Amino acid sequence: MEIRKLTCIGCPMGCALSVTMEGKEVKSIEGYTCKRGKDYAAKEVTNPRRIVTSTVRISQGVLPVVSVKTKEDIPKEKILDCMHALDGIQVTAPVRIGDVIIDDIAGTGVALVATKNVEAS
Amino acid sequence: MKTYDIVIVGGGPAGLAAAVAAKEQGIDKILILERDAELGGILNQCIHNGFGLHTFQEELTGPEYAGRFIDQVKELGIPYLLHTMVLHIDHRKRVTYVNQQDGMCQIQAKSLILAMGCRERSRGALNIPGYRPAGIFSAGTAQRLVNMEGYLPGKKVVILGSGDIGLIMARRMTLEGAQVEAVAELMPYSGGLKRNIVQCLDDFQIPLLLSHTVVRIEGKERLRSVTLAQVGQDRKPIPGTERTYECDTLLLSVGLVPENELSRETGMKMNPVTAGPVVDEKLSTDIRGIFACGNVLHVHDLVDYVSEEAGAAGKNAAEYVKRDHDQPEEGKTAPYEFEQEPGESAPIEIVVRGGVRYTVPALIHARPPKEDVTIRFRVGNVYRNCYVAVYVDEERILRRKKQIMAPGEMETVVVKKELLTGQTQTVTVCIEEA
Amino acid sequence: MFDVIIIGAGVTGAAAAWGLARFQGKVCVLEKAEDVCCGTSKANSGIVHAGFDAIPGTRKAYYNIEGSRMMEQLCKNLKVPYQRCGALVVCDDLNFSQGLEELYQKGIANGVEGLEIITDQKRLRELEPNISPGAAAALYAPTSAVVCPFELNLAMAEQAKQQGTEFYFNTEVQEIEAMEGGYRLETSRGRFESRYVVNAAGVYADYFHNMVSEKKIHITPRKGEYCLLDKGTGSHVFHTIFALPDKMGKGVLVTPTAHGNLLLGPTATDIENREGVGTTAEGLEKVMADSAHHVRDIPVRQVITSFAGLRAHEDGDDFIIGEPKDAPGFYDCAGIESPGLTSAPAIGKEAAEVIAKALCLKENPDFSELRKGQVHLSELTLEEQRELIRKDPAYGNIICRCETISEGEIRDALRSPLGAKSLDGVKRRTRAGMGRCQGGFCSPRVMELIARERGISQEEVTKAGGNSKVILAVTKEGTRE
Repeated sequence: MEIRKLTCIGCPMGCALSVTMEGKEVKSIEGYTCKRGKDYAAKEVTNPRRIVTSTVRISQGVLPVVSVKTKEDIPKEKILDCMHALDGIQVTAPVRIGDVIIDDIAGTGVALVATKNVEAS
Repeated sequence: MKTYDIVIVGGGPAGLAAAVAAKEQGIDKILILERDAELGGILNQCIHNGFGLHTFQEELTGPEYAGRFIDQVKELGIPYLLHTMVLHIDHRKRVTYVNQQDGMCQIQAKSLILAMGCRERSRGALNIPGYRPAGIFSAGTAQRLVNMEGYLPGKKVVILGSGDIGLIMARRMTLEGAQVEAVAELMPYSGGLKRNIVQCLDDFQIPLLLSHTVVRIEGKERLRSVTLAQVGQDRKPIPGTERTYECDTLLLSVGLVPENELSRETGMKMNPVTAGPVVDEKLSTDIRGIFACGNVLHVHDLVDYVSEEAGAAGKNAAEYVKRDHDQPEEGKTAPYEFEQEPGESAPIEIVVRGGVRYTVPALIHARPPKEDVTIRFRVGNVYRNCYVAVYVDEERILRRKKQIMAPGEMETVVVKKELLTGQTQTVTVCIEEA
Repeated sequence: MFDVIIIGAGVTGAAAAWGLARFQGKVCVLEKAEDVCCGTSKANSGIVHAGFDAIPGTRKAYYNIEGSRMMEQLCKNLKVPYQRCGALVVCDDLNFSQGLEELYQKGIANGVEGLEIITDQKRLRELEPNISPGAAAALYAPTSAVVCPFELNLAMAEQAKQQGTEFYFNTEVQEIEAMEGGYRLETSRGRFESRYVVNAAGVYADYFHNMVSEKKIHITPRKGEYCLLDKGTGSHVFHTIFALPDKMGKGVLVTPTAHGNLLLGPTATDIENREGVGTTAEGLEKVMADSAHHVRDIPVRQVITSFAGLRAHEDGDDFIIGEPKDAPGFYDCAGIESPGLTSAPAIGKEAAEVIAKALCLKENPDFSELRKGQVHLSELTLEEQRELIRKDPAYGNIICRCETISEGEIRDALRSPLGAKSLDGVKRRTRAGMGRCQGGFCSPRVMELIARERGISQEEVTKAGGNSKVILAVTKEGTRE
């Protein structure tokens, strides 16, 4: 039996979670106040995932970059691969919030979407 | 002079939510004055996620959260001016602004909503000794450069202050290829949200050095190194604990200050603890018809609460306008007093005790109030397994267990309106031991 | 071959250039920094001293009085912010008021006008309500004033530039040797030759002097640390408040600045490093403690920045002005510490007259006493502001919120005769970035304007020239256009 202490990142409350593990199996989860916390704890001890937010270059826009995010969380160990993949992308203004920039970022199966409206200059 | 029902100073999250709420109350002659090139305020550079869980029940990035409100403002046809700097406001609610199209302009507002937000404390405000080379940025300035302009201020970074912007920038700079050596925090606890310590520092093995500060800055042209030292309980550096970090960049995330230079011009009453105006339960300042909301009132931790507060301010300003109050008499100057509506009792102050630093509102006017009173506050230290308690006169009307409370997080209690009567003398908010 | 080479574009060098602009001659200024006003001239108290402090008969006394008398009209002519706020030297114990009496007598001997010792408590507190409760008496000097040191330095340099004086920045003088009919200077920008040299090199003036003269001099950098408070706090005191001076100088003063800030400082510490302008925790603590001693309730929470400057203290404790006997044609302006800012116009004017006479330079008929200067939006009336923005909307685009500085003003500062090249250059000329947020909001936008006006990329923009680049890289380098 192993007890892992975590801080939930599901929302700003930052609940203190405690996960009881037996080998790779989750036995019990305590300390969460909502379902998000419980889900986070279960995932964090087996397959930690994160949403990645960053920017990509945009041409002919009022700004030189547009902010983006992975539409869902991706495996934590893929974060840097994801960042490298962004460094080859160029979009053209205008871009709207929710526009899919890449269907599958860094082989995660998760789409990269724009998070800001950038008008053409 | 043009007259508007409501003029809103600032088109960030507070100003936008206030505008939408006022419009929904049927007020049409609204004008938002925004100094930047677009609406949305600081959210435009906060490209990380974590916004909107309360307001929209989903996790949004800053620009997405702002986008929701900007869309509403546009759909509702609320007028706004960009690139427009408000230079003066006065107690008669006259607003002087400047922009390129209109030049220098004066307008009259029936009601004024202050939503100017806050700014970051600078190095100077902390009197950090050392040289003054290039490479020292407030975390927010660096955030703008990275997220909106595509520049990386530096490659080897030390961060002073564990406020949320500092933590977020530690991750952001790391993702963009910089090496973040350490985050130093003067206090024995972090000023930021716990989730940000996990996902911004722990995820990237960035050390958080609590009870540490910068004691030396070297570099004549560009920053060369920063020396950190541990501090004792008096927050003074302990000799012999110095460690020098070679770096080209120092980011400062050492606190936010409400931007109340305009507010002060009116002579309105200010709260020295929040550095914002003193407001009642309607978010009205002591000058009739001037309301305040968002970070200009007190620094919030979550934008969701800003929107909620600003919505209330917008609604109350709309009601004020609908009652069609006269302007204050010519020549009337500070000190003002919260004026009573006919039939109202004198306002009561909310007393803070036992670790509660302040409350917003600071006083309650109408009894019973029109709606339940939301009281927001911050504590001055870290408290574990304590209770938040609210007393109306001698009677404890609310007691809520808290596993942990920290200065970095805002707390909220709601007092039911029917508990506040004309006989009520005091309302007290305090922390109680288990 | 130049007629005159001036080493240093600080306030003394600029004053010499301004003085020489009245004559027809080929003059240049060599400055190792990227701009004017980069050394001692940018980090001092900004006080126009009345002249009661200097020992009668010294050069400090003479030039102080002359400079103080010139300053008001000069500032009017050159559009330099100047306010005659007066000064009070405070003494907390009547038993020590002999110190005040000595100052008073020195002042009278030096020719300072209007001096008075005030022992009437009521009057003292009427004059200065926030003076410390312990203040027992004060020497009142109504002719003391404050001036914007950056603008004074810049204005004089600009006037010279308009008359054809050449300015070489980033040009460090390395060697000087006498040659037939003048001097040869080896610099980081190559060789310069001149009939006359003016040595206005601040804390380095002894190096250059000692290259040409056997009568050696020695300068010690004496560090002074300051704290600057937010605009609006300047009204906390109405006068420049001094304590009684000691052997290291006038001590920590509390003064309004020409722009309405409150300035506290300086300390006085002799150091080795002539570039040692770092502040120290002890120094800043001393500034706070000493200023609280003579002024009460200083709003210390409104400190917006701290800085340090170096006084060029010569061993002989006086200015060294003129040509050494063994180095004719080499005109020293050395050891220029306080009251150096006050004295500069007088020193420069006299240097110019002496040199012009020696070189038989003719008067320059084109020289104008009046400077056009820059537009300062916040100093105009509402009508003037409207008119200005209508004609040129760039003045309606506010870049620096804290000091209300428009794009138009910053553009002007970048395009002016000795245009700014860096963030600090813009700051000294326009005050953009000098306010309470210390450039947090405006610096990215000022960088944009610098890049646009100078035709460089934003990554090349520096804080203060040299290797002080603000941005070290771009994100997403792989996809950069």
